[in-house]
Amino acid sequence: MSSLRKDVLGLEEMSAEEILMVLDIAERFRAVFDRPVRSVPIMRGRTVVNFFHEPSTRTRISFELAEKRLSADIVNFSVANSSFTKGETLRDTAENLQAMKIDMLVVRHKSSGSAQYLAKVLTCPVINAGDGCHEHPTQGLLDIMTMRQRLGDLRGKRVTIIGDIAHSRVARSNIWGLGKLGAEVTVCGPPTMVPGHIERLGVKVEYDLKRAVANADVLNVLRIQLERGAGTGFPSNREYHRMFGVTEDVVRLLKPAAFIMHPGPMNRNVEIASEVADGPRQVILDQVANGVAVRMALIYLLSGGDPGALASGEAA
Amino acid sequence: MEWSWQRIPAEYLVTGVKLAQGGKIGARKGFLHVKKGRVESIGAGTPTVEGVPALAADGLVLAPGFVDTHVHFREPGQEEKETVASGSRAAAAGGFTTVVTMPNTDPPIDNAGMVRYVIDRGVESGLCRVLPTGAISVGRKGETLAELGAMAEAGAVAFTDDGSPVASGKLMSNALKYARLLGVPIMTHAEDLTIVGDGCMHAGYWSTRLGLPGMARASEDAATFRDIELARAGGAHLHVAHVSTRGSVAIIRRAKAEGVRVTAEATPHHFSLEHSRCRDYSPLFKMNPPLREPEDVAAVADGLADGTIDCIATDHAPHTATEKELQFDQAPFGVIGLETAFAVGVTYLVEGGKLDLGRLIQCFTERPAAVLGLPLGRLEEGGEADFVLLATDREWVVTPASLRSRSRNSAFLGETLKGQVVATFLRGRLTWHQEEPSLG
Repeated sequence: MSSLRKDVLGLEEMSAEEILMVLDIAERFRAVFDRPVRSVPIMRGRTVVNFFHEPSTRTRISFELAEKRLSADIVNFSVANSSFTKGETLRDTAENLQAMKIDMLVVRHKSSGSAQYLAKVLTCPVINAGDGCHEHPTQGLLDIMTMRQRLGDLRGKRVTIIGDIAHSRVARSNIWGLGKLGAEVTVCGPPTMVPGHIERLGVKVEYDLKRAVANADVLNVLRIQLERGAGTGFPSNREYHRMFGVTEDVVRLLKPAAFIMHPGPMNRNVEIASEVADGPRQVILDQVANGVAVRMALIYLLSGGDPGALASGEAA
Repeated sequence: MEWSWQRIPAEYLVTGVKLAQGGKIGARKGFLHVKKGRVESIGAGTPTVEGVPALAADGLVLAPGFVDTHVHFREPGQEEKETVASGSRAAAAGGFTTVVTMPNTDPPIDNAGMVRYVIDRGVESGLCRVLPTGAISVGRKGETLAELGAMAEAGAVAFTDDGSPVASGKLMSNALKYARLLGVPIMTHAEDLTIVGDGCMHAGYWSTRLGLPGMARASEDAATFRDIELARAGGAHLHVAHVSTRGSVAIIRRAKAEGVRVTAEATPHHFSLEHSRCRDYSPLFKMNPPLREPEDVAAVADGLADGTIDCIATDHAPHTATEKELQFDQAPFGVIGLETAFAVGVTYLVEGGKLDLGRLIQCFTERPAAVLGLPLGRLEEGGEADFVLLATDREWVVTPASLRSRSRNSAFLGETLKGQVVATFLRGRLTWHQEEPSLG
């Protein structure tokens, strides 16, 4: 396997081998972070376009950092500073980008399926930075990388994802990726936020938080999107916190080595208690650092980088 | 005497055909004798009428012209999608001689003048009998009853706010009662929008997997149930448009058994395609009601087979390529269906063992005519000579070039279908024929 597929659109379509290859390369890039000079000249002279059709801070910065550390030329465009209007076709965007001969596209879009669409039209590699409620593969990979660093082989390990599963692309990418690596995934949230037929993706559903966390090795706590508004899916932030918030009381139920993840940005004292967010069980900043490494690995591999070259220490 | 597609005489015979009548396909060769747009005679055998040219259509099935109770021709206001003329061409290519147009145009068909406008456009194109429905409410806003009486007098054959459900139960109840006076049905687009929310495909495994907001079956079932109960209470004729769920089929079946005056239609895509078709996010599989689960598809087919669902209607809903290039959640609902309806019926219902050919043809002819209470969908001596010639075993591939609609948003593009409409005649006049007709 000299290089990856053309695009990374979701973990659904990636094999366990591909996922592990990305993670191995990401570990090598992660090692570069501790050096005085953190960039490598792998992408010099190549242009990566970051197209964010939906507001994003963390993911966009993480991609930018990854691209900069690979010495790529970067063009950013987002809804706020472009002429996009509601209903405008992605096809026009894609054809323009194609004509400008870019080397790679990173796309975040509010519509599920938009990354697939762009990948079909564009000849350059496309990385999905989150499409609607569908997938967020780089988040899935960085989550899995963080778990693997602590747990090693994920086969048989128990991961509990808590929150608004229905609207979460993070949950879907976690479910696909963890499933391929043999982990046992449980999803937990109010029934209004757990979509029908989710079991068919190979997960267990547990509505009772205490039961859902009891045997877990990892809790992945999803961000409650407050902009969706309380009052329909759940009565209030206070009640959500009471019933599904990861509090000190919940942490006490965990296995001794179990740890807590959150994709950020956090709503303190809604889905996660502030003490837990700052406590010894969380690995949130590891996730952030791994995010840059995972994105570097994907960009490297999608631009034709040889997985073996890094192993010999040449590129890194 | 000479008989050609180019010159259809005022009087002619079509011979050697298998006649589709009353749910049966004639075993013996039959004929149709047309004179001045009317059926002079029809029956078995091969008559020789002195001096009358004969078209030998050996092996083809001759059926009454098809009747579609549900099409969107978009005129006035959205002529970039379809016009009455272009829609009529698509209808003729699909074997239809009568179509019922929906009132969700811009402006909507909510007064007698607009009803006459659509009728006039239909007469002008001359390819199809275009029968408009009028809106139930002024502006299709669901607030005030439109002038149903004046519209009925102008030629409206039914009333519906199709595309938008009538949210107010009181308004729906009044419309049903009032329409009794006029002897026409109220068609319901049965959907509870408060349940559907921002849903854009069937709520099920695939919506969960694809991360798209779902449209629960309950939204259709609840609305179907409400409107049937209102029709029962008002003693009115309710026609349920585009039935897509197992639950709605069951609700209608029970209501019919209890004597409620309810009729129903189903679209070709709802008895053939499942929600898994949405897997690549193609808006060509985005319609309302959405494609549902295998058991729903089977229930719709069973409903057609046992008569719970009276007829097949296309819900022909043209949209431009640009609109259907949008992302799945942004693209408009709807697919075209006139050109493919019969073939989808043969391919999925007849080949699928659900209906025999004779019953399928009834779903396109007598049964929709009965829903409308119009003397169409049959070939009888003295009646108008609306008929089609069908090559029921012929396979063809659906391509953009095989479509006559102004739009190309078919859910069957690329599919090989069985059953072809070879020629369509409206009042004895040819409105469509395959480019190189190989008869028989």
